[in-house]
Amino acid sequence: MRVGLFVTCLVDAMRPSIGFAALKLLEGAGCEVVVPASQTCCGQPAFNSGDASVARSLARKLIGEFEGLDYVVIPSGSCGGMLKAHYPQLFRGDPDMLRRADALAARTFELTDFLVSVLALDAVPGDFAGTITYHDSCSGLRELGVKAQPRALLARMPGVVLTEMAASEECCGFGGTFATSFGDISAQIAERKCRNIQAAGADAVVLGDLGCMLNIEGKLRRLGDERTRVMHVAEVLGGED
Amino acid sequence: MHSQAMFFKARAGEKAADRALQDKLGKAKSRFVAARAGAVADYAGDFEALREAGREIRDRALANLDVWLETFEERACARGARVMYARDGAEISRLVVDIARRHGVTKVAKSKSMLSEEAGLNAALTAAGIEPVETDLGEYILQIDGNEAPSHIIAPAFHKSKEEVAALFSRVHGKPLKDDISAMTLEARAVLREHFLSAGMGMTGGNFLIAETGSVALVTNEGNGRMVTTLPKVHVVVTGIEKVIPTLEDFATLMRLLPRSATGQSISNYVSVLTGVKDAAELDGPEHLYFILVDNGRVSLVGSEFEAMLRCIRCGACMNHCPVYQTVGGHAYGWVYPGPMGSVLTPLYTGIAQALDLPHASTLCNQCGVVCPVKIPLPELLRGLREKQVDLKLRPWRERLGLRAWGWLAQRPTLYGWAVRLGVRYLNWLADGSDRIRVPGPAPGWTLGRDLPAPQGRTFRELYAARNKREAKS
Repeated sequence: MRVGLFVTCLVDAMRPSIGFAALKLLEGAGCEVVVPASQTCCGQPAFNSGDASVARSLARKLIGEFEGLDYVVIPSGSCGGMLKAHYPQLFRGDPDMLRRADALAARTFELTDFLVSVLALDAVPGDFAGTITYHDSCSGLRELGVKAQPRALLARMPGVVLTEMAASEECCGFGGTFATSFGDISAQIAERKCRNIQAAGADAVVLGDLGCMLNIEGKLRRLGDERTRVMHVAEVLGGED
Repeated sequence: MHSQAMFFKARAGEKAADRALQDKLGKAKSRFVAARAGAVADYAGDFEALREAGREIRDRALANLDVWLETFEERACARGARVMYARDGAEISRLVVDIARRHGVTKVAKSKSMLSEEAGLNAALTAAGIEPVETDLGEYILQIDGNEAPSHIIAPAFHKSKEEVAALFSRVHGKPLKDDISAMTLEARAVLREHFLSAGMGMTGGNFLIAETGSVALVTNEGNGRMVTTLPKVHVVVTGIEKVIPTLEDFATLMRLLPRSATGQSISNYVSVLTGVKDAAELDGPEHLYFILVDNGRVSLVGSEFEAMLRCIRCGACMNHCPVYQTVGGHAYGWVYPGPMGSVLTPLYTGIAQALDLPHASTLCNQCGVVCPVKIPLPELLRGLREKQVDLKLRPWRERLGLRAWGWLAQRPTLYGWAVRLGVRYLNWLADGSDRIRVPGPAPGWTLGRDLPAPQGRTFRELYAARNKREAKS
């Protein structure tokens, strides 16, 4: 099984350990993992900013890079949603590209969804001693139905106690460029999310999207919280090297 | 109503810093959100199937809007009503003032109507020497507080606390301060009774127009809708042309959706289906019934990529569940409709160039889309408006250039790889040896309200290439 790993532009730049954790999980499960060296960005920032032509050109590039593989796996719900839900929208007026976008969408999975739904993984290499609360990032949850999968995997780790925060499905306020263009509103929304995280009393908040992670970690630290760890689900499941 | 939507950013910034406002919004929000969730869980059937049925009804009505409007007009007129059409807010005001003058009306008792806000009707009536009296409790509170604008489509005084209303009542009514909501309601009730009895004309909006019977359906919780449609001799309904639905059966289906989505009730306290004028054998009802059916931008949406927005049944669920609305409240949006539905409607009804921020004032979290009772894809429509802004060259040149440059770079992996390395080095320089960036740097909007965790150091691309090299050697 040849699995293409799309690490995402944010992971490439900000937190490559997430990409390596995803690699470790997939290789550990017996996949032949291909990481196309030419990959860059899925085009989501352009798409959400209303620049469909830039988004389309990046979509075309990504489809070309990954369509020869059996699966595309992404450690991000929002980039996953871009490929699965929005690439087909971008090519509504182009039957040939639409067919290719649909075919790729059908083989594209968010990381935890892939581990559970396709690989039916029953053991993970990582462990974590402490309480974890899971934040459901918007696109993963509402575009891809990622909810039970990460929790099921985290529950496999003997040291983990899962505890639910209030309103785990509410947005953290990131929203891509929204976080900077409407920074004051974004930071307020993040603060409500952080208060719910703190009230859950967990040692770590775990989630599946780096954008939301940067937002939540940045707000927790600004609020003076140096204790609550903010971790990507791939890092927790993959274990620390 | 004159739009202030161009000033969203400045107004929203002020509201985002208003902790007292957020406390009030938070309380009201948690009530609405919990109530809806409870009502959906308690619903005996399949709520998702019900949403799909609601969507189908609204789309069916919109697909043949002209036919259903003609049917409605014919049936309503057969029962003694008059049906008129208004192109915009100014025409609404002119028609209502004309009707009032024709019947010698000096006071109008109003039930809640957002169309009246679109038209700025109260100001027009007052200017014509006719007294408008808002009888919906929330609207009444706003009217006696210097004609403040509503901040929510079904809970107009959403932004006010109980204490603020108590102080307002005591001041305006000249009564001792009360702290009990039912006592305050009784106080308002006594004032409003006088108005119901003395008004020459009652005015309402319309939740639905039912084509097969020529009826208007009103859904309220306070009973004021019944008073203003039965006591005065003249009843004027002002509503949008898109509110028409084919049959009573369709109405029954939509009524399973509307109260549950709006307030979490299985049914609202008062549901009225009003047909025609009072006939000789009837005791209640108006002698004269007028329908003013309004375009004000709606026609231009029919058949467009934004037609789905016309499905809206004005429940308010999208704003109740919106993280942005919960932070800034309704007034920041600057026109009649707030929240996600307002961010779509305001640019479409008042001009795309007149509301540039609104389609961007969303995280696209799609909480609105999943609670919408008629499945309006609100994030898609917001994104569609963003595309329109780009097509019309309405975006700032820096943003345009930035996206183009990014797109160009991302097509050139080697160059892109070097650019990202450079960017990462720059961010690490800003972090100055720590694990976070606190200085404004390239994204002051970010660092004003939170830290930016610093990049780990080397990019995935660098590390992965190094790993491959190591593995090739061994």
